[in-house]
Amino acid sequence: MSMGLTIMVTGALVAASCGFLGCFLILRRMAMLGDAISHAVLPGIVIAFLISGSRDSLPMLLGAAAFGLLCTFFIQSLRSQGVQSDAAISVTFTALFAIGVILVSLYTRQVDLDLDCVLYGEIAYVPWDTLSLFGHNIGPKAIWGVGTAFLLSLLIVGLFFKEFKIVSFDPQMAAALGIPVLLIHYLLMGLVSVTTVASFESVGAILVVAMLTVPSATAYLLTDRLETMLAISVGAGILSSLFGYWLALVFDASIAGSMTVAAGTFFLLAFLFSPLHGVVTRWLIRRRLRTATAVDHR
Amino acid sequence: MKRIHSPVSIRDLSVAYHRKPVLRDIQFDAPEGKLIGIVGPNGAGKSTLIKAMMNLLPLTSGDVKIYGKPYKEQRDLVGYVPQRESVDWDFPTSALDVVLMGRYGKLGWFRRPKAADREFAMDCLDKVGMADFAKRQISQLSGGQQQRVFLARSLAQDARIYFMDEPFVGVDAATEKAIIRLLNELKAQEKTVLVVHHDLQTVREYFDWLLMLNMRQIAFGPTSWVFTADHLQKTYGGRLTVLPELPDPVAVTR
Repeated sequence: MSMGLTIMVTGALVAASCGFLGCFLILRRMAMLGDAISHAVLPGIVIAFLISGSRDSLPMLLGAAAFGLLCTFFIQSLRSQGVQSDAAISVTFTALFAIGVILVSLYTRQVDLDLDCVLYGEIAYVPWDTLSLFGHNIGPKAIWGVGTAFLLSLLIVGLFFKEFKIVSFDPQMAAALGIPVLLIHYLLMGLVSVTTVASFESVGAILVVAMLTVPSATAYLLTDRLETMLAISVGAGILSSLFGYWLALVFDASIAGSMTVAAGTFFLLAFLFSPLHGVVTRWLIRRRLRTATAVDHR
Repeated sequence: MKRIHSPVSIRDLSVAYHRKPVLRDIQFDAPEGKLIGIVGPNGAGKSTLIKAMMNLLPLTSGDVKIYGKPYKEQRDLVGYVPQRESVDWDFPTSALDVVLMGRYGKLGWFRRPKAADREFAMDCLDKVGMADFAKRQISQLSGGQQQRVFLARSLAQDARIYFMDEPFVGVDAATEKAIIRLLNELKAQEKTVLVVHHDLQTVREYFDWLLMLNMRQIAFGPTSWVFTADHLQKTYGGRLTVLPELPDPVAVTR
């Protein structure tokens, strides 16, 4: 695979898997959860590093995923005790991130663990970080990691689609029907954790947070059906990463930054011109109605 | 000897939030095939009682039986209409889709709603006069229409007992009539319906039986027996004005 193609495929996979799960986060008003998880995993990464003593990805991925889940568990516990949702999210992730910062400052004097390189990957380096199996180079690690996370999300949400839907819309009714609301909640949180961790290690935190929220917010403006919203969100994410890569080439700018800008541009277009909820569309309709009434009164 | 179980049988039920008691000493056997109103002032614990009966919150003490068994074993027999404000109506889904959710309990894991479920859901929408709005996104419906969609969803549960939390709040006259017609149809099919209700003016007209509630159980019985000035005074305290010029005292809440 050529370098450019590898970067585009990685970006598209990150965008697709984040866009897919992001829909459920937006609908449950937990859009900032990706941001929270991407910070809260820091102590997990440091602890994994201290235990394994190496900078291998797998132990770090497991440590990060464990703390991602722990973060969502703390948030849920605080919420169920009556703490506001946004307060619960920010209290939890800042506390966990701070613990991570302390751990880094305590232990990295002896060892080489650079915050930037562990936490905030750079998508431009993806093609060089390859995985080998039985001595064969099987391609970029990021594609395997994010691809697996995406397939896992598709599989689990596909199997439990009606449960995910009713738990997002009406958790009380779901509980009354005997659907294990908390289990479905943690299934979603687990998928978000794994996807976030698999993605940001290779492409950087900003791109992950952006792809978890922006394409799904765009899709929300363009449709009134959950199934369509999921499809549009995945599509908008993929388009953003392709268009963003092209922007980055043209302006010789940061790739992740350009992909995020592209996603933001699509959102702005939907916000203004969506046939259902667009600001300009609604204004045009109002103006047409006003003209029609004015003519009637003449 | 075969014992006939009451649809809903409650013994010594108490519920507390953070050590503060919300409901105490609730005890009744609901008769089958009746429309039962639950009335009481704000904060009397009416919604809490409904949720407690369906295991949606932990009981401090006591015991709830649905046809003689715990709720967990009898879910299929109970239909639920939650308060309309309890969900986000901007959710991207259609009226028919919401009604289909009533079928999820019967479907079980891994199974998708089939054509037969869709037809059933359409019939339920039709029964509340909403068949023409099946494809409509739910935020585009009026408050009364949204309430009817919730009623249709409970019908889709195809239950024997229905718990309805304030179905009459904020609905138009047409919806109120539609709900009353529906309640009477359910009664004609020997179903038992418990309805949290606010408007004391209509209590006598709508409900056969009444549970009067203000954190404790004030009265339970046929409306004509228990809907008295004395019980109303105990339920609502000073917040109640009795209009004495009518032959029967009719109460108005503030």
